[in-house]
Amino acid sequence: MGDVILKMKDIDKSFVGVHALKGVSLEVKKGEVHALMGENGAGKSTLMKVLTGIYSKDSGTIIYEGEEVVFTNPKEAQEAGIAIVHQELNMMNHLSVAQNIFIGRELMNGKLINDKQMNEEAAKLFERLNIDIDPSMVMGDLTVGKQQMCEIAKAISKDVKVIIFDEPTAALTESEIAELFKIIRDLRKKELGIVYISHRMDEIKVITDRVSVMRDGEYVGTLITEQSTKDDIINMMVGRTIYEEPKEKSNVLKDAPVILKVENLNAGKMVQNVSFELRKGEILGFSGLMGAGRTETARALFGADKKDSGTIYVNGQKVEIHSPKDAVNAGIGYLSEDRKRYGIVLAESVAENSTMPSLESFMKGIFIDKKKEKDVSQEYVDKLKTKTPDVDTAVMNLSGGNQQKVVIAKWLIRDCDILIFDEPTRGIDVGAKSEIYHLMNELAAQGKSIIMISSELTEVLRMSDRIIVMCEGRKTGELSIEEASQEKIMHAATLRN
Amino acid sequence: MIAKKTEKKSGVLLNNPIVKAIGTQRLIALLALIIIYIVFGAISPAFRQYSTLVNIFDASYYIGFMAIGVTFAITTGGIDLSIGTVLVCSSLVTGALATKYNVPIALTLILCILIGAIFGLMNGLMISYMGLPPFIATLGSMMLSKGLGSIFTKAQSVTWPQATEADGWFRSIFKVNITNANGLSTPIPTGFILLLAVAILMAILLNKTRPGRYIVALGSNIEATRLSGVNVAKWQTLAYVISGTMAGIAGIAYAAVYSTLLPGGGAGFELDAIAGVVIGGTSMSGGYGTIAGTLIGVFIMSVLKTGLPFIGLQTHYQQVATGLVLIFAVFMDVANRKKRN
Repeated sequence: MGDVILKMKDIDKSFVGVHALKGVSLEVKKGEVHALMGENGAGKSTLMKVLTGIYSKDSGTIIYEGEEVVFTNPKEAQEAGIAIVHQELNMMNHLSVAQNIFIGRELMNGKLINDKQMNEEAAKLFERLNIDIDPSMVMGDLTVGKQQMCEIAKAISKDVKVIIFDEPTAALTESEIAELFKIIRDLRKKELGIVYISHRMDEIKVITDRVSVMRDGEYVGTLITEQSTKDDIINMMVGRTIYEEPKEKSNVLKDAPVILKVENLNAGKMVQNVSFELRKGEILGFSGLMGAGRTETARALFGADKKDSGTIYVNGQKVEIHSPKDAVNAGIGYLSEDRKRYGIVLAESVAENSTMPSLESFMKGIFIDKKKEKDVSQEYVDKLKTKTPDVDTAVMNLSGGNQQKVVIAKWLIRDCDILIFDEPTRGIDVGAKSEIYHLMNELAAQGKSIIMISSELTEVLRMSDRIIVMCEGRKTGELSIEEASQEKIMHAATLRN
Repeated sequence: MIAKKTEKKSGVLLNNPIVKAIGTQRLIALLALIIIYIVFGAISPAFRQYSTLVNIFDASYYIGFMAIGVTFAITTGGIDLSIGTVLVCSSLVTGALATKYNVPIALTLILCILIGAIFGLMNGLMISYMGLPPFIATLGSMMLSKGLGSIFTKAQSVTWPQATEADGWFRSIFKVNITNANGLSTPIPTGFILLLAVAILMAILLNKTRPGRYIVALGSNIEATRLSGVNVAKWQTLAYVISGTMAGIAGIAYAAVYSTLLPGGGAGFELDAIAGVVIGGTSMSGGYGTIAGTLIGVFIMSVLKTGLPFIGLQTHYQQVATGLVLIFAVFMDVANRKKRN
């Protein structure tokens, strides 16, 4: 670790009615990976937005390379050498990978854009970072994980001195994470100041040098990673310890009936002859690498995408599912991996989102019974401990974990017995994560059956009663929780043809 | 950052409950309407006369019905460019049926609405089930309806029966002349009552019922709405059926006020209606629509249309003025949104 490159001191920032940052300080040295932790709503993202000029601060100072700086827009921060890799992907899906990377600073050939040169430069960049992506591909055709890699490459491609990673691994598989860490270590060697925001404890231990913790808009303290335990950090964040151990044995009753049976499901290349059973009260984990076809299987099952063939039985009855509407009528609810795109309607209120699948039961004649709608939504806000001022608040104003709870509420209100959780804790902080886990366990105990798709091995091992592993669109393994281990899952997840 | 939902449509005077309830853009539009009316009245005494007010109402009906309808299409995040020519097509065809083929007026009125609905259904099916972009689908039916109307009447203009004729009774839906003892006749703009009634019904449909809720939701995020088990194709289609149906009703209103329809006309009417919708505060990107706002926007249009000649400006200035009002109204909304973020 070298000299201090960045120092934020007593940063204060208020929005209408919310004091988001209360005198927060943060110090980053050259050649260190500095973790910034805290629950959602703690103010991490706001602090980073102040740093990169997206928000203006109310008071406090930012000292960068020994001088006080004020960035009034993101461009100024970028030009000074501060880059951010956002949690949400900010890519133009219709442009090529190279065009995305060079957006705003296109390589020119006179007055014309030189796509060829940009492709070459991007290819060199990828080679340097050991990433296997063709720069001429259309961004939208890449998987979320690959897009994330492009985002990182884009940030690094500029002449940066400080780089901020905002939950970079949320969409990545284990092997992609390993690649990312190699890149980060490389950047550390080059004396960059690196801010690393993540909720994954394991990663913090592996990759970071120091940890600063925020809570409720306040700075709590800084620890040296090597000298502290997971529990130290978590205690600073939430003031309580969190259950992290894997599940030892299945909680499913011996005679629990099969509630969902899928036979030879086929949908394109990504879903080939997938068969499985789901029992009452079971949490069935779906593990595998990115692109293994798990989400595609779920979407085909749910009727969101067209399936080529396959039979689905719910409670022993064969059901025809051609659209999400059919699936919902069969009692299946789907919680998408991409909440903002597929899970919720951001501009609508908590109540409106909660009742969307079950609006039929909130009618008084031809009118929506808004009182009942509010009452029932409020009931589930209380039950799930969703943090929201009231049920009329637009969902876009809620944190990730609370948005997820709204999605859960909407399927519970619809009284779905089969719930498909696709990456249920992606982009959700430790505290909320633990709440979501509790909730899933509670639901299973109440007799709901859950399919949980997860790229986090620890999550799969902690939650599942049984685990199905997929690779390249095929089911390559089925393990009971008693016999499952990280090694066995990874083995099955890489069983390629 | 926590903001109440109601606040997202307001900005300048966040804490004023009245502003909150009406919404900033609607409030600005309403104030603009009142100011324009007062300014015109101050310049021209003739503008203040009752007969001018009746003219303003007359000019508002056909744009009003179209605008109410197209509010639904715009709320889904789409657009309906065909309403202007559908208006003329349905009115032209049914007017010809009434005058040349002696079809009873009551039946032709129903047919007029039906033709609009059919064009709307066609638009909806093309957009929801065939996946055509709304702009293209409705541009196509704009040309189609324009051509079909002319073909049906063999490129002849059509004049609906006058109020004095027996078949002219339908005009009293929009204007009733009451004659007093001295033989002076006073026109009552009954059409406004109809327009208002339809607006209220449509506002209820948009805000209080399932179809309305789904139209707003899919306009905001169609995929999330579909994955909630909502048949989005059906409700999206319905929005265009409403748009077309309203264009059909607008066809009757146009015939009642202006009598003569020219084949191949109507192109450009839709832009007046869409401008009214946007001035009123409905979001062009979908997910938020307001019928009350639309109505205010429409009256701004018709006050300008009727009033500018009174202060000595030719009708061309109406377009300049409307353009300015449109840009200003939307700019205020955009500026407010920016300030809040």
